[in-house]
Amino acid sequence: MNIPLLELSQITVSFDGLYALNNLDLKLNTGELRAVIGPNGAGKTTFLDVITGKIKPTSGKVIFKGRSITGKKEHKIARLGIGRKFQSPRVFNNLTVYENLALAISNPKSPWPILIGKQSNVQRDQIIHLMNIINLQSMANLKAGSLSHGQKQWLEISMLVGQNPDLLLVDEPVAGLTDEETDLTADLLKSLSGDHTILVIDHDMEFIRKLESPVSVLHQGKVLCEGSMDSIQNNPQVIEVYLGKPEEVNE
Amino acid sequence: MQLILESLFNGAAIGSVLLIAALGLAIVFGLMGVINLAHGELMMIGAYSTYVTQLVFRLPALKFFYSTYVIVALAIAFVVSAVVGILLEKTIIRRLYGSPLETLLATWGVSLILQQFVRSVPLAYASGLIVTLLIGLLSSFFLPENILKYKHKKFVKLITWIISIFSGLLIANCLSSTISKLGRASARNVDVTAPSWMRGGVEFIGITFPITRIVIIVITIISIIGVTYFLNKSVWGMRIRAVTQNRSMSDCLGISTEKVDVLTFGIGSGLAGIAGVAVSLLGSVGPNVGSNYIVGCFMVVVLGGVGNLLGTIIASFAIGIMTDLIGAGRLLTVWPDMPDSLSTIIDFFATTSMARVLIFALIVIFLQFRPTGLFPQKGRMVEG
Amino acid sequence: MNKITKNKRWLSFLIWVLIIAFIISAPSILPVFRLNLLGRYLSLAIVALGVDLIWGYTGLLSLGQGIFFALGGYCSAMYLQLNSSQDFPNNIPEFFGLYGVTKLPFFWEPFKSPIFTLIAIWLIPALISAFLGFLVFRNRIKGVYFSILTQAALLVFFNFFNGQQKLINGTNGLKTDVTQLFGQMVGSDSMQRLFFWLTAIIVIMAWFFSRWIVRERFGNVLIGIRDDEPRVRFMGYNPTYFKTIVFGIAGALAGISGALYTVQSGIVSPQFMTVPFSIEMVIWVAVGGRGTLLGAILGAVIINYAKSLVSEALPASWMFIQGGLFIFVVTTLPEGFLGWIQSDGPRNIMVRLGLRRPLSTYPSLEADGKEEVKP
Repeated sequence: MNIPLLELSQITVSFDGLYALNNLDLKLNTGELRAVIGPNGAGKTTFLDVITGKIKPTSGKVIFKGRSITGKKEHKIARLGIGRKFQSPRVFNNLTVYENLALAISNPKSPWPILIGKQSNVQRDQIIHLMNIINLQSMANLKAGSLSHGQKQWLEISMLVGQNPDLLLVDEPVAGLTDEETDLTADLLKSLSGDHTILVIDHDMEFIRKLESPVSVLHQGKVLCEGSMDSIQNNPQVIEVYLGKPEEVNE
Repeated sequence: MQLILESLFNGAAIGSVLLIAALGLAIVFGLMGVINLAHGELMMIGAYSTYVTQLVFRLPALKFFYSTYVIVALAIAFVVSAVVGILLEKTIIRRLYGSPLETLLATWGVSLILQQFVRSVPLAYASGLIVTLLIGLLSSFFLPENILKYKHKKFVKLITWIISIFSGLLIANCLSSTISKLGRASARNVDVTAPSWMRGGVEFIGITFPITRIVIIVITIISIIGVTYFLNKSVWGMRIRAVTQNRSMSDCLGISTEKVDVLTFGIGSGLAGIAGVAVSLLGSVGPNVGSNYIVGCFMVVVLGGVGNLLGTIIASFAIGIMTDLIGAGRLLTVWPDMPDSLSTIIDFFATTSMARVLIFALIVIFLQFRPTGLFPQKGRMVEG
Repeated sequence: MNKITKNKRWLSFLIWVLIIAFIISAPSILPVFRLNLLGRYLSLAIVALGVDLIWGYTGLLSLGQGIFFALGGYCSAMYLQLNSSQDFPNNIPEFFGLYGVTKLPFFWEPFKSPIFTLIAIWLIPALISAFLGFLVFRNRIKGVYFSILTQAALLVFFNFFNGQQKLINGTNGLKTDVTQLFGQMVGSDSMQRLFFWLTAIIVIMAWFFSRWIVRERFGNVLIGIRDDEPRVRFMGYNPTYFKTIVFGIAGALAGISGALYTVQSGIVSPQFMTVPFSIEMVIWVAVGGRGTLLGAILGAVIINYAKSLVSEALPASWMFIQGGLFIFVVTTLPEGFLGWIQSDGPRNIMVRLGLRRPLSTYPSLEADGKEEVKP
């Protein structure tokens, strides 16, 4: 297993001369759980936008499963097996919990099968199974808009799982969650890795630590360093980026 | 050479009317994301203001100044349309920010009401109502500040409104008795006659340029310069741009976004009023005068892209020149040895209304390559 | 799924019973003139269903449905004109004589066939709307941009049909009431009664069809596109195709509606493609309740009936009422009449007046500023 699942090489994105990403390189192996951290403006969200096709890189290549997906449309990339969870939960507020999951699970996703085909029993069981995991089975027929923030986060993660992608991109999954929910989310993500490849972006150091995964630090559109959480936390460069120069800290 | 010059001039003439009509619409759309379907009716109000001003200048006391009425009408039309626009913003559009489609429908309702209003209310009384609104709304700017002290605020406001209602009634009566044309219901179209200096044309290397057209081009140029200067150099212009880029941040910085909205909308509406003056010089004025221009404005906005005055300008002139070339069949004269098959097609489209058909098709083709118009916005903001 | 709780289902059921009872009894209680008007308004309900599909469900505000409405009307009128032109010079419709045309324009030929016409009535508008829609959707043009493009398209079609005397009688339009069908005058009372029944049946079929479209996952995808299109895309759906299909369906419904309207009003003309008429279609749906198919039908029929009654009594006031209606619905009743009832609007008013006790709510919902939801 030498071919990485996802490989970004020399990705540059510039908005009117402002570099959001600058010659970024990153490799992700199959089954890996990887965390990406970085200060504000480091280009974390742009980085996800490039992988999912929302933004075309100014230069550079994105290679997924050995094929270039640079410049492909969002839905094509999603069908190839890349799923994304957004920073603030984006579920469909006017659909019920069940319907939200049904949309994620349906496959194929072209219009005719969706219009004419019926939902299979396997899919129904799968939806019920997912609702059990996130503890929302009693709210299956409630509009997603009436869920609490944490429930929405979980619903979105379970939609992502239901989509069954090879690569899960998870953007700040624990923003606004309680400590207990944060722990549960970390466990959930850990249990998913192996079968899936997962890339998590977050600010929350405690949460990242719980993932027990390799960490990449993004700074000014580049990967500053990679390694385990402990080695990262002792890396002088990282400390400088996050806290400023030592003497400023001591002030 | 002569031919090309004539085509260019005609194109510029059509384009400048389009531009002045679309300018207000484009500004409001670009800065606030709101499409105002009542824009055409604000133009109509401007055109009727011109007509009323003209009739007032015919009165014996003002007859001496008659030739200057167009200039006065520009100011009046701007203010009147702006006030109506501001009223519209304060009562309806304000509630609908963030839902542009709903705004579209609501402003269509407004345009229906305004059209029917002009049809069924005699102009004298409409003018009276406008004067009432003007005095009532603007009085707070003119009164000395200490009168508006908090304690008496409501009382003073009541008095100013009573005064303004009376002055409105007075003016309505005065107008309806002295100018018989204003007293009647005005369902029929009316004509604005240009002052003598604007009739005729200027001859230049064998071509006659009608003066009205030149005047309209000049009005358009002055408006463009004024708007650009205002948006880029003045304090309020800077605030308007700030609110466009980041509303909540501007709010935090102490910019009154409410005032900015009112101002932006007022300027857009006022420009519609100026466009109304221009339009009234070209043809008769009726309740539908504005809606005849509105779709042309849409094409300009779609072609020009959002939030860019240069795009609006180029788009207007491009559409203007194409309308002239295709609609007047001038393409054949410019390019006589056109292949037969092409010339039959061009011939088929050689009327003003058919030219629109072809131009629309061209715009749709253009959008296949540049979906966001001539000058698209860049960066993270785009997808919202 | 229990999207609608029991008593709301009762409400829909009740409305349907009333509608069907009304339709069945209408021919015997209404004079022919009123019956004809009712038939016309019922046919307008079909185009309203299409508007509801694209606007209420998918969030595409089209101000150009008049194009497809008129196309359907022209298709039916062309057949009827050809069907009764044996007595005229050159065996072509009479109006051609006015412009010295002696040969039938080529695109009229297929309309000699009744079967072709029956297909063309919905297929031509569907194809044109899907094609135009595809060109726009594939470039991700949406929102207000889409609306003003559709309005521009409407005016373009209007200009085109208005200017072509030699092809389709230009501004005068094509008359159908003096043409023959099955050996009878189309404008005759018995034919009109037949058309009324036909319209009533097709409205109900169109409702079932639209409901089938939005009922399951397809409708949910449409709602997803309306609420958060990029999200739908990241799930692997291609919104362009969904939008194109639903826009095509709305075009087809508009075509059928236009054909039925034409045979009942006796003429099709470029007036069907004026700007106000197409925007009115949107307001029928808005008043009835967008996203509720039944609301579209009710809105179309009731508003048009009110319009005819008001315009007969006070011609000038309808514009004021209509303008006010636009503003009122958009600012204070955004979910429309039926949506208001379904979201416990009447109950909330009673609560305000102190006549009933408020429903208990989730505390979290109140904090979020959401509307009341039954536990």
